[in-house]
Amino acid sequence: MAVVKKSEDAGRKSIIRYRFLMLFTLLGLIIVLFILIPLAKVVFLSDKESLWQAFIDPTTINSILLTLGAALITTAIGFIFGVPLAYMLARYDFPLKSVVEGLIDLPIVVPHTAAGIALLFVFGRNYLLGKWFGAVGVQFVDSLAGIVIAMLFVSVPFLIDSAKEGFKKVDVRLENVSRTLGASPWQVFYRVTFPLAWRSILAGNLMMWARGISEFGAIVILAYYPMVTPTLIYQRFESYGLSKAIPVAAILILVCAFIFIGVRTLLHSRQKDD
Amino acid sequence: MISLKSVRVEFRRFALQDISLELETGDYFMLVGPTGAGKTLLMETIAGLHPVKSGEIWIEGRDVTRLEPEKRHIGMVYQDCALLPHLSVAENIVFGLKVRRVANGEIKRKLAEIVSIIKVEHLLERKPGKLSGGEKQKVALARALATSPRLLLLDEPLSSLDPESREMLQQELKRLHRELGITVIHITHDFDEALLLGKHIAVIGEGGIRQAGTPEEVFRRPSSEFVARFTRMRNIFAGKISGQTGDGSVFRTDGMELVTTSRKTGATHACIRPDDIDISTSLASHPAPNSFIGTITRIDEVGMAYHIFVNVPPEVCCLVTRRSFREMGLTVGKKVQIHFAPDSVHIF
Repeated sequence: MAVVKKSEDAGRKSIIRYRFLMLFTLLGLIIVLFILIPLAKVVFLSDKESLWQAFIDPTTINSILLTLGAALITTAIGFIFGVPLAYMLARYDFPLKSVVEGLIDLPIVVPHTAAGIALLFVFGRNYLLGKWFGAVGVQFVDSLAGIVIAMLFVSVPFLIDSAKEGFKKVDVRLENVSRTLGASPWQVFYRVTFPLAWRSILAGNLMMWARGISEFGAIVILAYYPMVTPTLIYQRFESYGLSKAIPVAAILILVCAFIFIGVRTLLHSRQKDD
Repeated sequence: MISLKSVRVEFRRFALQDISLELETGDYFMLVGPTGAGKTLLMETIAGLHPVKSGEIWIEGRDVTRLEPEKRHIGMVYQDCALLPHLSVAENIVFGLKVRRVANGEIKRKLAEIVSIIKVEHLLERKPGKLSGGEKQKVALARALATSPRLLLLDEPLSSLDPESREMLQQELKRLHRELGITVIHITHDFDEALLLGKHIAVIGEGGIRQAGTPEEVFRRPSSEFVARFTRMRNIFAGKISGQTGDGSVFRTDGMELVTTSRKTGATHACIRPDDIDISTSLASHPAPNSFIGTITRIDEVGMAYHIFVNVPPEVCCLVTRRSFREMGLTVGKKVQIHFAPDSVHIF
């Protein structure tokens, strides 16, 4: 009897585990489909001919290259200024630290049109930084610099937060031991801390780049021209209607899917190698 | 020589004050104290990782109080080893040489030399994540020694090891110290380990150094109740000096009058180590000094011996070997006589 009971118990347990996995898979599947279906719809909605037309249209291609390029420049700038700040936030306590941390996350919360207006009042031709940069020939309104500034403002929090978490995971003792072994603070940073946190930093850079590519609200106020793809989609929709907007959107989605799925796969295989 | 002169250091809300220590070159110095006593903080301060608020640190005739950690020539080993997880064992060992821009040939020579002293050849290509606790400690030691430091700091290197690896590494540490003649400061919370390895001992607690000296001194003659309790001195009695004898004094506790060879004035505690007390089943009719009759209230087995608690009162703990325990046939409730020599009674 006892043996039978035991196997019954085991059976019940496996059913419970099975139910658990079923439920979680089902819930996960719903959210995946929620993301997949609209995106796929946009891609498959447009017929092959108009998709091809949009693809060979220099306006579309230029705007996609501009978007990807501007987001890349933005990410590089964010890296230079954001990573040191992330390190400081992860390692040191200083007065008003939580104020700084809260402030950094603000661009995520602020409506991006509001962010664009705020930037206009600082980087516009007649305002403080706009005047300074203007003196050395850099214009922000309707220029690449304006696009970069708008992207930077809304996307840099993603890099700082991710890098900060990465630095926090590096044990201070590793840095301490390295110092006693003869490494200067610089050497400790580039030989120990950075290599151990690079995955989080890279993930942050990727998030930042992605966020930059998708930005519309802040850019449209600061730099309507040259047209980044989100602006182009909006402009096509406004002037010609949905049928002209969809192919452009579809191409951007395809390009992004290609890049991001590719990077994820690459990162994943690197992780397995380690 | 290494010396700390009234060092004060603060970290978060914790402070160590008035830390003074002196170590001869080649000493094996054990820093013992309970968890949370600030042992690691003190070690990191010697290594230069925390700013000193006041006082001075000298290493081999040089004031290093304000010197950066990378210029102090100190080797350090943490309890968890702190091996760099992204580097192989070999890369970990030569890390200190690499960052000091030592020539490649010299690095190779040094690695071979270290590996011949600490046997880790078979591990060189592995990543730290694939090592056992004992192997990690060996690699951490090799890394610390590769730069030929003037002082080796060990922070509880044996605490997280299984008994077998611990014993192996204890022998390894003894051997390395003997062969290399390096000055070592070894931190532990385990007093037995301190007795086993240390030439000198300092007990740290309650924010400062409580006592320093040879293991024998600290073990036999604790200077405070804190040290006595930490060294597991079991018989600590409060009381006061009640008179003088020809070559010592009499200390009165609640229920006993103890004769001691110490002439220390103003003592408030007396202590006797359990292993200094003789126990016998024949009860003498004439009371002699430091002889008391009591009843056994408890018997605890401790390793190869027994702790016998005899209620005089007060309750006195005696250490008895297995053999005498059997021969005397001691049981709870039995009346016995205990006796100890006046020089076993330590007052402070």
